[in-house]
Amino acid sequence: MLAFAIRRLFEAAFVMVTVALLAFVLFRFVGDPVNQMVGQDTSLEDRLRLRQELGLDDPIVVQFARFLGNAARFDFGISYQMKQPVTAIIVERAPATFELALAAALFSILLGIPIGVYTGIHRDSWLSKIFMTVSLLGVSLPTFLIGILLIYVFAVTLGVLPSFGRGEVVRIGFWRTGFLTVSGLKALILPAITLGLFQMTLITRLVRSEMLEVLRTDYIKFARARGLTDRAINFGHALKNTLVPVITVIGLQLGLVIAFSIITETVFQWPGMGLMFIQAVQNADIPVMAGYLLLVAFLFVLINFIVDLVYVRVDPRIRIYGRGA
Amino acid sequence: MKLKTLVVTSALAFVLASAPAAAKTFRYAFQGDLNALDPYTLNESFTLGALGNVMEGLTKRDKDLKIIPGLAERWEIVDPLKWRFYLRKGVKFHNGEDFTADDVVFSTERMRSPASQIKSRAPADMKAVKVDDHTVDFVLTSPNPILNAEWDTWYMFSKKWSEANGATQAQAASATSLNPFALKANGTGPFMIASHEPGVKTVFKPNPNWWGKPEHNLTEVVFQTIKSDATRVAALLSGDIDMMDPAPVQDIERVKASPNATVLIGPEIRTIFLNLDSFRDELLYSNVKGKNPFKDARVRKAIYQAIDIEAIHNKVMRGMSVNSALMISPLLYSRAAEFKRHPYDVAAAKKLLTEAGYPQGFEVEMDCPNDRYVNDEGICQAVAQMLSRIDIKVKLNSMPKAKYFEKAGPTKKYDSSFNLLGWTPGSLDSWNVIANIIGCRDADGKGATFNYGGYCNPKLTELNKQILVEVDTKKRDELIAEAFRINHEEAGVIPLHQQSLIWGVSKKVQMVQRADNQILFYWVKMQ
Repeated sequence: MLAFAIRRLFEAAFVMVTVALLAFVLFRFVGDPVNQMVGQDTSLEDRLRLRQELGLDDPIVVQFARFLGNAARFDFGISYQMKQPVTAIIVERAPATFELALAAALFSILLGIPIGVYTGIHRDSWLSKIFMTVSLLGVSLPTFLIGILLIYVFAVTLGVLPSFGRGEVVRIGFWRTGFLTVSGLKALILPAITLGLFQMTLITRLVRSEMLEVLRTDYIKFARARGLTDRAINFGHALKNTLVPVITVIGLQLGLVIAFSIITETVFQWPGMGLMFIQAVQNADIPVMAGYLLLVAFLFVLINFIVDLVYVRVDPRIRIYGRGA
Repeated sequence: MKLKTLVVTSALAFVLASAPAAAKTFRYAFQGDLNALDPYTLNESFTLGALGNVMEGLTKRDKDLKIIPGLAERWEIVDPLKWRFYLRKGVKFHNGEDFTADDVVFSTERMRSPASQIKSRAPADMKAVKVDDHTVDFVLTSPNPILNAEWDTWYMFSKKWSEANGATQAQAASATSLNPFALKANGTGPFMIASHEPGVKTVFKPNPNWWGKPEHNLTEVVFQTIKSDATRVAALLSGDIDMMDPAPVQDIERVKASPNATVLIGPEIRTIFLNLDSFRDELLYSNVKGKNPFKDARVRKAIYQAIDIEAIHNKVMRGMSVNSALMISPLLYSRAAEFKRHPYDVAAAKKLLTEAGYPQGFEVEMDCPNDRYVNDEGICQAVAQMLSRIDIKVKLNSMPKAKYFEKAGPTKKYDSSFNLLGWTPGSLDSWNVIANIIGCRDADGKGATFNYGGYCNPKLTELNKQILVEVDTKKRDELIAEAFRINHEEAGVIPLHQQSLIWGVSKKVQMVQRADNQILFYWVKMQ
């Protein structure tokens, strides 16, 4: 078990360094950050001096080594645009993204599983057909479009929900939460649906197909033969057995929801990390981009690591393999 | 009983007292962020505009961009090398300190601190000399007729406060530690910063002790960034915000059709133009080898005349532009009316090109930003199309601005043969255009750095020097006309148009749209 964990850790470190390197190579192509930092009247000398001060003229190897050295100490430098340390900006922006991701995940789980179960059991009912059609839309419509559509219906036409932003927030320590105010909760609804819709349809379809499979198995037939109630069979036996793969997928999807909240955050001007990243890309704000990419890579590595450890506990075959290694 | 009466009366008194000052919150949104609050660290019109509500310069500009007194009541030119400014008395900073001549002298030093982005506000060898507490002399080494042209956005800092807050210098863009000042502001203006979250939200409150007479009726102003065009429009239509900039061209009709909002459209002072590399002896990105066709004025003029500017105005800009014969907005140059565009004439263009020795045309690559100016990429596509009619085959490279300015600009030594650029002269004066855009430069960019094509006529360098020091307005305008005429005749840099400002505004709001695109809410009235 320990050997397995250590090997996984090494792999994780390797992934992180690779991501850092890839990100760094990409930064060579995002353009000139200096032009985004100065006004048009800034003299050529001042521009060149700034390039030098930022170390943009150093050989790429030197720049990369410096970046890795600092990143190992969680120092990603100062944002070119916001003039604040990247770590501080991420700490400030992360709560917004995490709250949105949590709301989106809850929305997708709390709706996705029941709908999946229902459509699994009542395969041919008209309601199931409606659910499946809607879920097909959810999978195929781009997030951007769904967000704009929701804004036009609920904010512009009906005027019941805010069109953008996070509403009033309450500060608890460094964490600014929107969960505690009415405007904060109202502002959360549309972005959470936009972000969670794809995941919800995914969970629905997964639960449905797992249910269909489980309901065909022998032990369900035996349970029926013994005269157990439908309720006990469907929820006590069938659903329980479908959940193992579903939980794995949900875990991985949570990482995806955080990483890909970029579009949703842009559409709703949600002040989270995704929006911060998009702004950084446009202004070639390299320190912010680097910090964000590494953070996302770290999240994925961490989630994968945890999932792997859970597997080891659940699946004896991996345990034996791990011991042998 | 008595107590009850007292309570009722005081409650009534409270209601009466607060009734006239009913809360009027003006909410506005812009596509970009308001980051650092030090106006010396970013020379950009949105930031300077937002902070222009909080801080003030010695001069101001009125609704038509005319220079008017600001923190200086008046000024006089004692002799061509000495300008005397008389400061307004009784002006206080937001923290209660008096504004005096010491603050002006200090702000002059601060404006020149190494990381300052507004060094161009005054000549580097200008001296600020305190005469008394409310008089300052500015001593020059050569005459400068437009000395105070940009002083409306050279905001005055409090010396004491800056020293107490470690803000005596503009924060270096490359600083490795955070200047706490970057998130604070202490000015003399009609509004104060109540709270500031960079990239998210900034709240302004009126300054009750402002020296002037307020022309607004606001009790609070909230600024928020909304990046996405569609969301900004939706926020305006739903009433979540009262004003937004810019309104996307394609949404103008929708905003107009809505019951609670409309658009404000006006000319902007930014000019959009085309640069042709006439600097190199051989074009970098072309099939013409051994020579450079753009060095020939006939080829440049052929390109000029092959551009159907009306089509760009109608189709690409949907009417939201003013075609321009000049490299500066007609609002900013008194003799602009004397200049007319070379007519759109494909036959004449083809003839010029044949005379120059390119009857078969040639191929060239064009670089174009796609997120900097209104429909920038569309304009380039249209130009490429139009040039194909005179057999100049243009291969278009569109790219984000960060990439574009790196490639086409001095960073990569003007690695471009043909490109599109826009320019607003910071001083709102023609000299700025001659010095930065149509004057000569060397391969590294010394000289007219923003002359991305490197067009050069030595006569312009000479005129540039004369215009800089000529104090007689009439003579000066004549020299400027001569410079513009040379560029016009030789088609050195090819002007296209001034784009329009398009703001979305709630019908509850009355406001001034100034052509420099500064959003000044000290002129906002709300119903």
